[in-house]
Amino acid sequence: MESTALFTANNVWMMICTALVFFMHLGFSFLEIGLTRQKNTINILFKNFFVITAGLLLYALGGFNLMYPGFEEGAAGFFKFAGWGIASPENGMTAAYADGGYTWWTDFLFQGMFAATAATIVSGAVAERIKLSSFMVFSIIYVGLVYPIIGSWKWGGGFLDGMGFYDFAGSTLVHSVGGWAALVAIFLLGARIGRFDKDGKPLAIPGHNLPLAAAGVLILWLGWFGFNGGSVLSADPELTSLTLVTTCLAAAAGGVSSAIFSNILYKNFDLTMFMNGVLGGLVGITAGADQMSPMDAIFIGAIAGIIIVLGVALVDKLRLDDPVGAVAVHLICGIWGTLAVGIFGAMAGFDQFLTQLTGVAIVGAFSVACSFAILIPIKAIMGLRVEKEEELKGLDLAEHGMDAYADFRMNQH
Amino acid sequence: MKKIEAIIRKSKFSDVRDALHAVEVNFFSYWDVTGIGNEKQGHVYRGISYSTSDIQRRYLSIVVNDDFVDRTIKAIVDAGATDKIGDGKIFILPVEDAVRVRTGERGGETLN
Repeated sequence: MESTALFTANNVWMMICTALVFFMHLGFSFLEIGLTRQKNTINILFKNFFVITAGLLLYALGGFNLMYPGFEEGAAGFFKFAGWGIASPENGMTAAYADGGYTWWTDFLFQGMFAATAATIVSGAVAERIKLSSFMVFSIIYVGLVYPIIGSWKWGGGFLDGMGFYDFAGSTLVHSVGGWAALVAIFLLGARIGRFDKDGKPLAIPGHNLPLAAAGVLILWLGWFGFNGGSVLSADPELTSLTLVTTCLAAAAGGVSSAIFSNILYKNFDLTMFMNGVLGGLVGITAGADQMSPMDAIFIGAIAGIIIVLGVALVDKLRLDDPVGAVAVHLICGIWGTLAVGIFGAMAGFDQFLTQLTGVAIVGAFSVACSFAILIPIKAIMGLRVEKEEELKGLDLAEHGMDAYADFRMNQH
Repeated sequence: MKKIEAIIRKSKFSDVRDALHAVEVNFFSYWDVTGIGNEKQGHVYRGISYSTSDIQRRYLSIVVNDDFVDRTIKAIVDAGATDKIGDGKIFILPVEDAVRVRTGERGGETLN
């Protein structure tokens, strides 16, 4: 009787976390809309809807069985597919499955909510200029194949797991996987018109709705309670509460440090840097949220905040155009967070650091290779970027024939 | 009858409005405008400094009888000036006639 109650409590917690991760898609949407121009709002929303809907369907179709194929013990698995569709195994609805943490259905849905995130990260970076159909094809392949294959190496019990690589909730497996693809995509796409002058000097293209962006960041923060809290994979009182503490402290430290650091560098209080700093702290703590003391979490977050400010400047210096700072937040802070597991907290040690570094490198190489392999043919066959005229007019009109704010237009540029 | 068009700082609008009320100019229209001028407005966005020459001002359109022209102008100048570049401009135009829509009466009486 007691174990049934515990099983139920665990499963309820995991379903709440599933819902919180789902809510993050609203956060991503708001953030992206807020930091871009109003003429591309519908387009961004459309992409976000596509990613979450298609992502879930693909995950049901084969993604889940690709990510959790059940590698044999000590097999150093690289690729295995457990078959199409989703059907619960015999003990899937009992406490015998997953140590009584959750049912098989909860497992599928929780992981499914994660899956779409990788493509959503790309969506922000390529905003305002990518061709919708090309983005959709890319997302299908990336979410349907690349993300689950990489995920299986660690969370599915594959070779990265075997070598001791640690990534609690996905600094590498989710955020860097999305971040690498974002980097490749903005490299192949080129910058938005007017983002750099003739000499390559960066010009500002301010986002059109910072209150919406701020709502997005706070929603993402809330979603992270589920993203990290659910990655405990049960409602274990000590681990879930510690995880939420480290998650929130890292977010707070990331925000404060990037606000201060960007103020020192640029002599203004830039809200967008403050917000990116919060997200950087969250991504940074994600790899080791259950391994850190509160103090470790503050250090990791604070360093992530500084990385954000420098990362945004670095991306500009490379003449890459990342409207929402996805590369700095998800890729660079994802790498930092993964390496931080070897520097701070319960697992710290030089061997662990090297293992983390190896994992980062392997996942990075595979993500970059896959991104090129998908995007180059798309560019050759379909084209990656909209026409110049369409870009100037805005993708809402060019791709959708719609207005995001049909009766409310003060500035159109 | 004259039409007085004044471009003033938004921050001076309530002072100017009160000054106009004080000289019994109680009816006028206004709207917010964007213009180009010598003033540059500095901005910073994500570490990139930029400036725009877009200047936000408020545009007042006041129709008065001839004997009200001087005091109207004086009220705007006294209340609207900060002595810095960018305080705005006033234009005075002749007005042919005025009609009160409710009654159809015409001329200077309609302005009261």
